[in-house]
Amino acid sequence: MRQDLLTTEHLPAETTQTLLDRSDYYLELLKRPGRWTTPSWAMAKPPPISLRSQEGEPILKGYTIANLFFEASTRTRTSFELAERRLGADVVTLTPAVSSLSKGESVLDTVRVLEAMRLDAIVVRHASAGIPQFLADHLPEHVHVINAGDGAHEHPTQALLDAAEMRTALGALRGKHVAIVGDILHSRVARSNVWLLKSLGARVTFVAPETLMPRDAAEVFGIKTTTNLDEVLPTADAIMMLRIQLERQARGFFPSLEEYRAQYGMTPERMSRSKALILHPGPINHGIELDSETAYGERSLVLRQVKRGVAVRMAVLELLFSITS
Amino acid sequence: MNLLLKNARLIDPSQNRDETGLDIEIRDGKIARIGKGLKSDFDARDLKGAVVAPGFCDMHVHLREPGQEHKETIQSGLNAAMSGGFTAICCMPNTEPPVSDPFVVSFIKEKARGHLVDLAICGTMTKARKGEELAPIASLAEAGVRMISDDGSAVSNAMVMRRVFEYAKMFDLLVTQHCEEHTLTASAPINEGKISTKLGLTGWPSVAEEIIIARDILLAEYVGGVRYHAAHVSTAGSVRLIREAKARGAKVSCEVTPHHFTLTDESIETYGTQAKMNPPLRTQEDINAIIAGLRDGTIDAISTDHAPHAAHDKETDIVSAAFGIIGLETAIPIGLTQLVATGHLTLSEYIVRCSTNPRGLLGLPAIRILEGEPASMTIFAPDDRWRFAESDIRSKSHNTPFVGSEFTGRVIGTLNNGQAFWSRN
Repeated sequence: MRQDLLTTEHLPAETTQTLLDRSDYYLELLKRPGRWTTPSWAMAKPPPISLRSQEGEPILKGYTIANLFFEASTRTRTSFELAERRLGADVVTLTPAVSSLSKGESVLDTVRVLEAMRLDAIVVRHASAGIPQFLADHLPEHVHVINAGDGAHEHPTQALLDAAEMRTALGALRGKHVAIVGDILHSRVARSNVWLLKSLGARVTFVAPETLMPRDAAEVFGIKTTTNLDEVLPTADAIMMLRIQLERQARGFFPSLEEYRAQYGMTPERMSRSKALILHPGPINHGIELDSETAYGERSLVLRQVKRGVAVRMAVLELLFSITS
Repeated sequence: MNLLLKNARLIDPSQNRDETGLDIEIRDGKIARIGKGLKSDFDARDLKGAVVAPGFCDMHVHLREPGQEHKETIQSGLNAAMSGGFTAICCMPNTEPPVSDPFVVSFIKEKARGHLVDLAICGTMTKARKGEELAPIASLAEAGVRMISDDGSAVSNAMVMRRVFEYAKMFDLLVTQHCEEHTLTASAPINEGKISTKLGLTGWPSVAEEIIIARDILLAEYVGGVRYHAAHVSTAGSVRLIREAKARGAKVSCEVTPHHFTLTDESIETYGTQAKMNPPLRTQEDINAIIAGLRDGTIDAISTDHAPHAAHDKETDIVSAAFGIIGLETAIPIGLTQLVATGHLTLSEYIVRCSTNPRGLLGLPAIRILEGEPASMTIFAPDDRWRFAESDIRSKSHNTPFVGSEFTGRVIGTLNNGQAFWSRN
């Protein structure tokens, strides 16, 4: 039976732990200096979860993966591509600008095109919530679907890499307090993180102006919500700053960038009142939600998050394909 | 049409009549005799366990013709209505072109001629439904429209709405509003609440409906003498506003669809586009308020908002998918299941909301099951348990979440205009 990664909502904690452990392993492999070569699985410790390939062969050799990005995303797309190639897969990346899979074509048409390509997995990013689920519902059984971000719904691999870096920095996340700050309303990162962090035993608080806080969020996610960032500074072990879309101001979600920064920016002054680690899914609006010195300071995990991205995606691919076998 | 209906339960609220074991002889499409143990040479049909009621009327149906005949035509829509137990329906004006001039009215009338189901027509209240200038309401009234509405969108401009009320009053036309404050619903595919928050979808707040109803009630009362009708109400707040207005004596009425008293926004949770409606499916609290409104008479009519869409309009993600479902073939079974079998409404009360009231609002002649009257009847078995299948659909489109649903209550036949259609043998 095929396995997909569509959300973190129902991801069992044990699976998450496995993925985090495997991402640690891949991160170590990726740190090795020099030209990346296919790792010799016989020599790798621990061995891969899946033993479907012959020893010494990359585990996804012979498989074809399509990256289907309906939204621009250099960071996530490149990260997936690297992960796929490093596991030996044949990779095709389709974006609306260079393919017929444009807005004019219905999603069902897209499914049929993909089906005809005889793919083994699809990594999809789309502005509409639910597209990965739609693809999973309509594609043949053997095609894995990985959600690389659907609207404001979920972005599971981002949550996994966030959790991996927090775990490395803080140790086990049980009992740790994570504040997610900013545009929760439009954030898939926030939604994927809250489910994942809760399953690992962390305490999560959403911090946002009322205009950017989803209705009934506390009840839906079973967490605390607040409009006051200063309230969480003393107790937060990690603070995840969300990118503020600059056009939100024009749409009336807040009066000005200056006011947003004053209320919700992680300023040096606020940093001085907190011991928390800082995360950000990027790209950062410097001087608004984060200052450069904070973004790249000693308490920041921002660059480590980027590095972790490839490792986490390798772990996800390995696990999904191994479960099939 | 010559027929002898045997052993029927006759329910006619206009006569306060509910009797079982009656025979009804129909000669040349008219009710010739009503009695017990009637003998006749006409074809007889045993209706034991079935109810004969005044023909049902659905005052809110989209037939898509002219302009989108691949979804529905006037003929296929009327056939679906006939199969679903309706002897009259009213088609909404958001066609392409819209029903903004008498020529379109004539076109629709011509297409519907000779059918078992009577077709009433709703014209637009503003030109091309743009909400800016009055439609030629006098000409439309003269051409025979029964109500006016820009259905599919609300008239946002309060001054335009005031003028619609003032002008329509001269013709005693029912002014029907699609109650949606559009700035609050932009890009929103589902109800605002727990489900929209969880799924990361823009939510459609209940207040977007209520704010228009409140404004319109105030405007209609200010203008005075005009009949205002809120289409497909979906929220507890809307029911409260209309109840309060009625208590003040305002000329206000409203309708509800079967899906809004049956399904909640939780139906969306697996991104089922068949559950994407306008207005969106709400919460159980809203359903409870709607049922209370149906019970106490705040809600006058049950309408389907029959909205046919092609398969590809629904086979996509929730944001891109079209709003609405077909409803003509499921409306009566859903009503009987959700309202009558549960004891919320008596059969007589249910018939009033499906026949008497909508006909009254549209100004259609009242139907009485009396000797000498035309035979316009909906015949249904209220206790029949059955499962709705795709093969039961006569509409050109099949967009409904109710395929596979089990119902208590089934339409058996529809009689009107000297014609009979039997859904079941």
